[in-house]
Amino acid sequence: MIKLRPVFWLLLPAVGVIFVFGAIPLLISLVYSFLTANPYGGVAMPPTFSSYVQMLFDQDFDGSLVFMPDYIWIAVRSLYLALLTTMLSLAVGFPVAWYIVCQSPNRRKVLLTLVSLPFWINTLIRTYCWILILRDEGLINGFLKWLGIIQHPLPLLYNQGAILLGLVYTFLPFMVLPIYATLERLDPRLIEAAYDLYANRWQLFRRVIWPLTKPGIAAGTVLVFAPALGAFLQPDLLGGGKQLLIGSLIEMQFTSSRNWPFGAALSMLVTFAVLVALAWQSRRSKAGAEARA
Amino acid sequence: MKAQNLLLACGLTAGLLAALPLAQPAQAADAGVLHIFNWTDYTSPELLKKFTKETGIKVTLDTYDSNETLLAKLKAGTTGYDLVVVSDDFVKIFVNQNLLEKVDASQMPNFKNLEPRWQKRDWDPTAEYTVPWQWGTTSFTYDTKVYPQPVDSLGTLFKPPSVFKGQVGMFGSPSEVINLALLYQGYPLCDTDPDQLKATLALLEAQKPFVKLYNSDGIIDRLTSGEVTMSEQWSGDAERARMAKHSLRYVFAKEGGVGWMDNLAIPVGAPDVANAKKFINFMMDPENAAIESNFAGYQNAVAGSNKYLQPALASAPEFNPPADYKIVFSPGCNAKATKDFDRIWTLLRK
Repeated sequence: MIKLRPVFWLLLPAVGVIFVFGAIPLLISLVYSFLTANPYGGVAMPPTFSSYVQMLFDQDFDGSLVFMPDYIWIAVRSLYLALLTTMLSLAVGFPVAWYIVCQSPNRRKVLLTLVSLPFWINTLIRTYCWILILRDEGLINGFLKWLGIIQHPLPLLYNQGAILLGLVYTFLPFMVLPIYATLERLDPRLIEAAYDLYANRWQLFRRVIWPLTKPGIAAGTVLVFAPALGAFLQPDLLGGGKQLLIGSLIEMQFTSSRNWPFGAALSMLVTFAVLVALAWQSRRSKAGAEARA
Repeated sequence: MKAQNLLLACGLTAGLLAALPLAQPAQAADAGVLHIFNWTDYTSPELLKKFTKETGIKVTLDTYDSNETLLAKLKAGTTGYDLVVVSDDFVKIFVNQNLLEKVDASQMPNFKNLEPRWQKRDWDPTAEYTVPWQWGTTSFTYDTKVYPQPVDSLGTLFKPPSVFKGQVGMFGSPSEVINLALLYQGYPLCDTDPDQLKATLALLEAQKPFVKLYNSDGIIDRLTSGEVTMSEQWSGDAERARMAKHSLRYVFAKEGGVGWMDNLAIPVGAPDVANAKKFINFMMDPENAAIESNFAGYQNAVAGSNKYLQPALASAPEFNPPADYKIVFSPGCNAKATKDFDRIWTLLRK
């Protein structure tokens, strides 16, 4: 009889949650992506690779199979926006996290609450609020007109910039919080030591702070990149639905196009991209650890 | 140490991640409460109050923005809704997919109140599954202050004059946009002819620089605030928009308009079929149908409801198309047409 260590029972709930909410839906998507589309939604037999073929070759109106690079372009555009979102979040999030860490413990609590405050309101509502701020008759254009700076409203809404703003706004806390967590545990004596050894501010940041906060930056990067890649609310509402991103494309397959297997296959593509990003990250951090050893 | 930090950082944010509303929770079915699932801005609160007052049955309302969303939700499994509203071209699809409960509306006491032409509808000839909710036409509205010239053609929407550059709103659903474009070109709705579909894609691509956004929600607000100066629209929304901004005009084009009727139905697996049927009968009462029309600004199918309508509504131009106006109902697109429409919709926004 196998005797299980108590730690097994302690881990069981966590493993169970990961399995039920993580692994099972992913497996269902994987299986669906290899099935045939039911024209009225859902999936049917027989198994096929056609969803993956469709990413490159699609049926033209006359039924002939033609090369279609457009899905690839949509994927590349989504990747580009997700990367840009991640970099902007890092550029804004790091100084914010640094600023919070430098405050007194009481102020830190207040500031951290403020960072997570947006999550108390539904994402959809907050995205609609951006429409009210950015639109032609909205707050910003109204204010600039009132000041007399502009005569005609600036096109702030329904373009890629608006999508980017929406994505950075939504996912910024996911960057701030993990960086804050690592900065908070940073030993201030190391900073003093660096100054004692005549490091200037840049050297201090580059050689001491950055390497020590890398785990937080890595976590933040993944937590922002992954949801930004699959987002469909911001492109549809703030982008005006004029340019498809992969998230909207997936949503479309499950609603109007009624092509669930293709939607599942596209989800697999997104999952694959995130896995590649994770693998790259872990290789880099391993290589970094070895270089220092 | 590093890995531990990473874990800690992830742990701190995991709680937040869980709080992010990524999916809508399904409705929990609670006894004695009727769950209605209807289009956005489309259910009179006064009507629901009256129903609760007369029957003691509480009502909750959820909304959706396209037939496709409704179909996807019902296909995905039981949603806990007792009543849904399905458009004419989707009724057959829902019935064929066994998503609707038989209600045999013709046996209900109030069925005789329906106008004879709506007692037999092509998509549900014996009223086995549905009763009419509201009906109207799909065309477009423009601001006469922006464009004072006379407009009598869908061409103004699809090949807009330069004053509308970047100012046009189109619906966010492929079937609504493409079917109206087909009608404009004189092609049948749910067309599958390759050349005609290519022409339609070219037409919509040429229109795109004039389009500000593709979205079916919030059109009234965008038209009245001047955010868009021309928009594809349903007749009743057009009436509400014109009430708020008098320079708006809804066009009965010479090419005709796409007719539609939404139909009240009970989804299979509804927790409270008996009360849902009570609501269906309640809706075929002239006074109740008028309350809904007064709110949504669409025609209902109940004879004798006119005397309960607000006078402004009874005489509204959007409500009374000219006698020779061609109204075309969609037959419901087959799988090939759906695939082609999807291709147009993707290529248009690639």
